Amino acid sequence: MASEKRARFHSPWLPYALIFPQIAITLVFFFWPAAQALFQSLLVEDAFGGHTEFVWFENFQSLFHDPGYLASFRITAIFSALVAVIGLTVSLVLAAFADRVLRGANVYKTLLIWPYAVAPAIAAVLWLFLFNPTLGVLAHWMQGWGIRWDPLLDANDALVLVVTAAVWKQISYNFLFFLAGLQSIPKSLLEAAAIDGAGPVKRFVTIVFPLLSPTTFFLIVVNIVYAFFDTFGIIDASTSGGPAQSTEILVYKVYADGFKGLDLGGSAAQSVVLMAIVITLTVIQFRYVERKVQY
Amino acid sequence: MAYRFKRFASIAAALALAGVTTVAHAVVEIQWWHAMTGANNDRVNAFAKRFNESQSDYKVNAVYKGSYPEAMAAAIAAFRAGNAPHILQVFEVGTATMMNAKGAIKPVYEVMAQAGEPFDPKSYIPAVASYYTNTKGQMLSFPFNSSTTVLFYNQDAFEKAGIDPKQGPVTWQAVIADMAKLKAAGSTCPFTTGWQSWVQLESFSAWHNLPFATEQNGFAGIDPKLLFNGPVQVRHIGNMQDWLKKGYFVYAGRKNEPEAKFFSGECAILTSSSAAYGTIKQNAKFKFTVSTLPYYADVPGAPQNTIIGGASLWVMAGKKPEEYKGVAKFLTFLSQPKIQEEWHEATGYLPITMAAYELTKKSGFYEKNPGTDVSVQQMIVKPTTSSRGIRLGNFVQIRDVIDEELESVWAGKKTAKQALDDAVKRGNELIQRFARTAKE
Repeated sequence: MASEKRARFHSPWLPYALIFPQIAITLVFFFWPAAQALFQSLLVEDAFGGHTEFVWFENFQSLFHDPGYLASFRITAIFSALVAVIGLTVSLVLAAFADRVLRGANVYKTLLIWPYAVAPAIAAVLWLFLFNPTLGVLAHWMQGWGIRWDPLLDANDALVLVVTAAVWKQISYNFLFFLAGLQSIPKSLLEAAAIDGAGPVKRFVTIVFPLLSPTTFFLIVVNIVYAFFDTFGIIDASTSGGPAQSTEILVYKVYADGFKGLDLGGSAAQSVVLMAIVITLTVIQFRYVERKVQY
Repeated sequence: MAYRFKRFASIAAALALAGVTTVAHAVVEIQWWHAMTGANNDRVNAFAKRFNESQSDYKVNAVYKGSYPEAMAAAIAAFRAGNAPHILQVFEVGTATMMNAKGAIKPVYEVMAQAGEPFDPKSYIPAVASYYTNTKGQMLSFPFNSSTTVLFYNQDAFEKAGIDPKQGPVTWQAVIADMAKLKAAGSTCPFTTGWQSWVQLESFSAWHNLPFATEQNGFAGIDPKLLFNGPVQVRHIGNMQDWLKKGYFVYAGRKNEPEAKFFSGECAILTSSSAAYGTIKQNAKFKFTVSTLPYYADVPGAPQNTIIGGASLWVMAGKKPEEYKGVAKFLTFLSQPKIQEEWHEATGYLPITMAAYELTKKSGFYEKNPGTDVSVQQMIVKPTTSSRGIRLGNFVQIRDVIDEELESVWAGKKTAKQALDDAVKRGNELIQRFARTAKE
């Protein structure tokens, strides 16, 4: 008979005092700026706040009529799809290999985890140097194979650069989760399938992959949120949204319009839209994923 | 034993800390936020130190706040929090935003007049002062580091290609001829340009006495319409597209990245800021010199004068009178001919005052360093309403728009006319948005 042990606080104020710091930080650093952004998105004002005009939802209207903003939406969708798909595929392949390795497994796992510790801006600069048309090693190889490479002018080349840097950083995170997921699959299932004559690929497709689906779904949501927000440093340090806005993802546009263009109302409206998107993604994740993942 | 030692150590530390916080003097502290990096950062700090050592009433604290947009954003946030600096260095494209920031800035002529410091707009180089002057002839900010657009060329590469290295190409027609010879001699990059919007459109228009926008380039009103898609500008950008296809012109970036391609020896001709002189001199292992920005000889009115880049110092509002006195004294210190001469000679920025220019001439600096007076020569002309400067709201974003449209020309996606027309359309929308916030 299992009796549930519950911590009982006899003090009327101790629980509140203990969680107060966390609540205070959340209120000050998350709720207050969010409320401020919501309020500012309803205003048109000059940079110093001297002249403010309340305009209801006009900022949102002009946003959705701005071809630049809709293009940014498109770029963000393409960018996050590429980062999620390529990131997950490569990590899954690496995890599948690492799962089978017996000797030196720890070495591979350690090396594969290191990129996660690299700050996004540093990762961007690393890849920028590798891909730089004048100095970069990779660019030199590509020119040797006759591929025209210029991320300063060619939108697709710039997108390849930022996707590579973003995926490289995220592979470690995905790898860890996939490896854990693979190792939690009972070996008896795979052995039974092998006895029945299933080859490694068929075993993977019919047994491993479906059993990995909660992990995969979780990682898809995490990767999409990562591509939406945490890649700001990568874009800023490498292409600054160029050339011609072709790598200007939504979160970068918020920064460019707000801090370089000093258009605080429009920038706040963009923040509010991004907030709505991430809330939706989080709701989806909690409703569909949290139920299926077994801890 | 360990416990007693720890107690002793912590008490000693607390006392030491208390001792470190000194009693405040009556020295008035003045915060100066700037965006100068590298050697210029050192010089700015040196100026502040010299001013502080020359008197004991005021202490100027020079703080590096990041790039120009970052420093401006930091000052805006600080102002909104009631904590603005006294002096802020703002780049020239932020002028309209600063001018229309009623209640946030204190015009420099007011600061100087109220503090009783001498301040005569006529002592400044005309095309420099005019940029920061309002329609009533009053100077709103203090010109500090102004550069202008010039042409640098690699004399060794010219000689190798059979071009006379003593004469720079004065017209665009001459540039085309030089580029052809350079390419024939094997150059992979005859010509490149930095700051393409500033050099090839804004300064280009002023140099040819063509208006950039209505309302006297935005000086006379807050809702001007852009005019840089005129026939001469379209012709020039179309020519540049042509040169790109022929391999004469290589595009290397929006800002000052192309300067590295020049001083590394890769590109033989560079049009960019005169302030690049210091960096180029430090890094170039070949003979080079400075020449005037080229112009089209068949355009009437060319060459007029070029437009300044760089930044000026704005004084923020809401400070105490004795602090403004200190600010005024510091600005007087900075405009001394000796200080200006040092700044000009070391950095390649223009000497802001005529007195500084005369002093530099007298010292023989221009003979020992040929080409360093080119930038000044382009500016000591009396400007016209089309050439005295550009003042547009949201100019930072307009420059981004121009950069994007020019990049689509270089990438072959649009013709010069399409790109400039689109840039004008998008720019006008940005100006309108700004005009809404700047209404009285």
